[in-house]
Amino acid sequence: MALLQISEPGMSAAPHQHKLAVGIDLGTTNSLVATVRSGLSHVLGDEHGHTLLPSVVHYAENRMIVVGTEAQKKQNSDPHNTIVSVKRFMGRGIKDIDATQLPYHFAEQAGMLQIETRAGIKSPVEVSAEILKVLKARAEQALGGALIGAVITVPAYFDDAQRQATKDAARLAGLNVLRLLNEPTAAAVAYGLDNASEGVYVIYDLGGGTFDVSILQLSKGVFEVLATNGDSALGGDDFDHRIYCWILETAKLSPRNAHDTRLLMSKSREAKEWLTAHAETQISCLMSDGEFVNLTISCEQFTALTANLVQKTISPIRKALRDAGLTIENIDGVVMVGGATRMPQIQQVVAEYFKQTPLTNLDPDKVVALGAAIQANVLAGNKSDDELLLLDVIPLSLGLETFGGLAEKVIHRNSTLPVARAQEFTTYKDGQTAMSIHVVQGERELVSDCRSLARFELRGIPPMVAGAARIRVTFTVDADGLLSVSAREISSNVEAHIAVKPSYGLSEDEITNMLKASFNSAEADKSARMLTEARVSAGAIISAVNAALEADSALINKDQVSAIQDEIQRLAAICATDDTDAIHAGVETLNHATEEFAAVRMNASVSRALAGKALDEIKL
Amino acid sequence: MTDNYFELFGLTPSFNIELATFETNFRKIQSASHPDRFVTGTAAEKLSAMQLATLANEAYQTLKSPANRAKYLLELQGITAISDTNTAMPTDFLMQQMEWREALEDAKAAKDIFALEQLHAEIQSDGKALQANLIDLLDIKKDYSTATDATRKLIFIDKVCADINKAIEHLDN
Repeated sequence: MALLQISEPGMSAAPHQHKLAVGIDLGTTNSLVATVRSGLSHVLGDEHGHTLLPSVVHYAENRMIVVGTEAQKKQNSDPHNTIVSVKRFMGRGIKDIDATQLPYHFAEQAGMLQIETRAGIKSPVEVSAEILKVLKARAEQALGGALIGAVITVPAYFDDAQRQATKDAARLAGLNVLRLLNEPTAAAVAYGLDNASEGVYVIYDLGGGTFDVSILQLSKGVFEVLATNGDSALGGDDFDHRIYCWILETAKLSPRNAHDTRLLMSKSREAKEWLTAHAETQISCLMSDGEFVNLTISCEQFTALTANLVQKTISPIRKALRDAGLTIENIDGVVMVGGATRMPQIQQVVAEYFKQTPLTNLDPDKVVALGAAIQANVLAGNKSDDELLLLDVIPLSLGLETFGGLAEKVIHRNSTLPVARAQEFTTYKDGQTAMSIHVVQGERELVSDCRSLARFELRGIPPMVAGAARIRVTFTVDADGLLSVSAREISSNVEAHIAVKPSYGLSEDEITNMLKASFNSAEADKSARMLTEARVSAGAIISAVNAALEADSALINKDQVSAIQDEIQRLAAICATDDTDAIHAGVETLNHATEEFAAVRMNASVSRALAGKALDEIKL
Repeated sequence: MTDNYFELFGLTPSFNIELATFETNFRKIQSASHPDRFVTGTAAEKLSAMQLATLANEAYQTLKSPANRAKYLLELQGITAISDTNTAMPTDFLMQQMEWREALEDAKAAKDIFALEQLHAEIQSDGKALQANLIDLLDIKKDYSTATDATRKLIFIDKVCADINKAIEHLDN
């Protein structure tokens, strides 16, 4: 049982309390949750001590939703209702995937694909949320309390739609996302801190369904990503698939039903895993039409079958090196991440390319979750500052559609996050009051070859002659790698209204509806819970602002201090009422009232950092 | 906080910056202002962290690239190195550029990655010479008019190099 923490008399408990935060590796094949305890990162196991949760969700006949090993057992007998590798569908449309090779019934619709199950039509976001719910419950059980938040890892090469989908899944699972963290960066944190490494490292991360390569500079606790590249549709699954195709061809099998497909895929996966440490393996199974398949495949055959898959990982490495302005001679180490890097042919090709033996001393399945937990611990505020800093980049360029269907890049790939860039536009016709803007992501020149992220309609532009209006559109990409857009008409300073239509994501309404549907509690419970949550967030901001005033009130004048104190009093008074909406509005007002103070404090803390003094040495 | 990128990093405005101080101070600023430090902070704190970290990144990118650093120094002097009305180039440099472009097109047509890499290295070494020249022009002689020409050349060199990299990437696919 977790011991209760008691603070010193007269002291606030908040700063000393260890906040419960976890790192989650939401993988294509397996998912894990880890946390930092007594200064060390640990992966948390289920009641049987199993740490890997197979990323499989089964919608059972009894309306139960089964996740993990038990769900995996259903994939042969009930393939339509057992979703495996759902990560491959996150933020993807039906035309992005090869649906003919999969046993699912996909619902026809624009945007993100949907899967028909006996429990209804499910979005990949909902399926992923089921996996996250299990990991959340596991963590709360093990840690004995509610989580303040989680760091969730995503492939570095995930685009905006895929990242947004991951964040939405976490929201649906009731998790507060502290940060979306790139998987290779998480691995670098776990590896670098474990080995006290300094220098330039390549993280080669081949997961179940995605390939990432990141080049990082490690120096005194700062992990700076210099470049990243990858292939978000290449992973260990593809190696299984090569064996599967080989079986069909060699055994001269006709096209199979869903059950046989699933069975052969499982057999292919087992064969791949066996061949990691053995010279050959036998594949034998009985098809539903009574046909018996019995084949032997050798390590050499497997290597030959998959040679071009392994080669496909080299081109992203070359691109990342070029973007970082480095050659293989500059690389101090290559860290292997992801279960698929256990395959000997991969280690061999990587060793040959970099002319050095890759580093495999951390468990490739766990290293990402371990690193995410370390970052979660820092973000939650359990560790003192300036020990660990991650500077990550945007993996793919962001641009706008211009005349002739060409993509004009606004933010270039491998820009350090957070980043903001503004672009100016003007009107085409006299009196034009609206314009539509198409945001795309990718490196290709034609819009049709890039990923469509969103279409924006700018409305409320004051009518002027053609070319007179100056509309400044600002793209901001935050530390999660997520894009937001704002627009302003400069000559009149009118903030243009933006209607966002995400091309692949879920709309805010859809998420709200899914959240509502997931509440089982009665209406009264729901509103009581919302009131409690509002009071908690009001209490948090009041104590944060009080602490800031205590530390730095000398930075602003007396009137400004008393104006902020008045707002604190006002919010405290509203909190005594039962008006949830008024409390939220009060939080908003207090926040607004402290914006200038926050900016002044930020500048002061930067000046202190540059002057080389620790915060507590400063006497104001 | 200052809008001057050099001041932000605690540097005296000059072309020949002390790289070690520049890198160290960038990390100090990011350590103090990165949004990761304010994940559990108030919305106002998050906003100012986001703004400062974004400014620091923008400043870092500008000062890190020699061409952009020179262009920025000139801007501080009220000179726009590249604009619609200011694109004049000495004839010999134009000839040089045309040669590079032809070499680029030839190597592209021959799908010769090695030749592209050679060309890249050759142009880069020309760029290095220009940078040495810019230290003299901007920091010592303060000859901004000649420095503007040199800066413009450096910007064009960066452009050609970017196009070469694009061609290599294209061939790589």
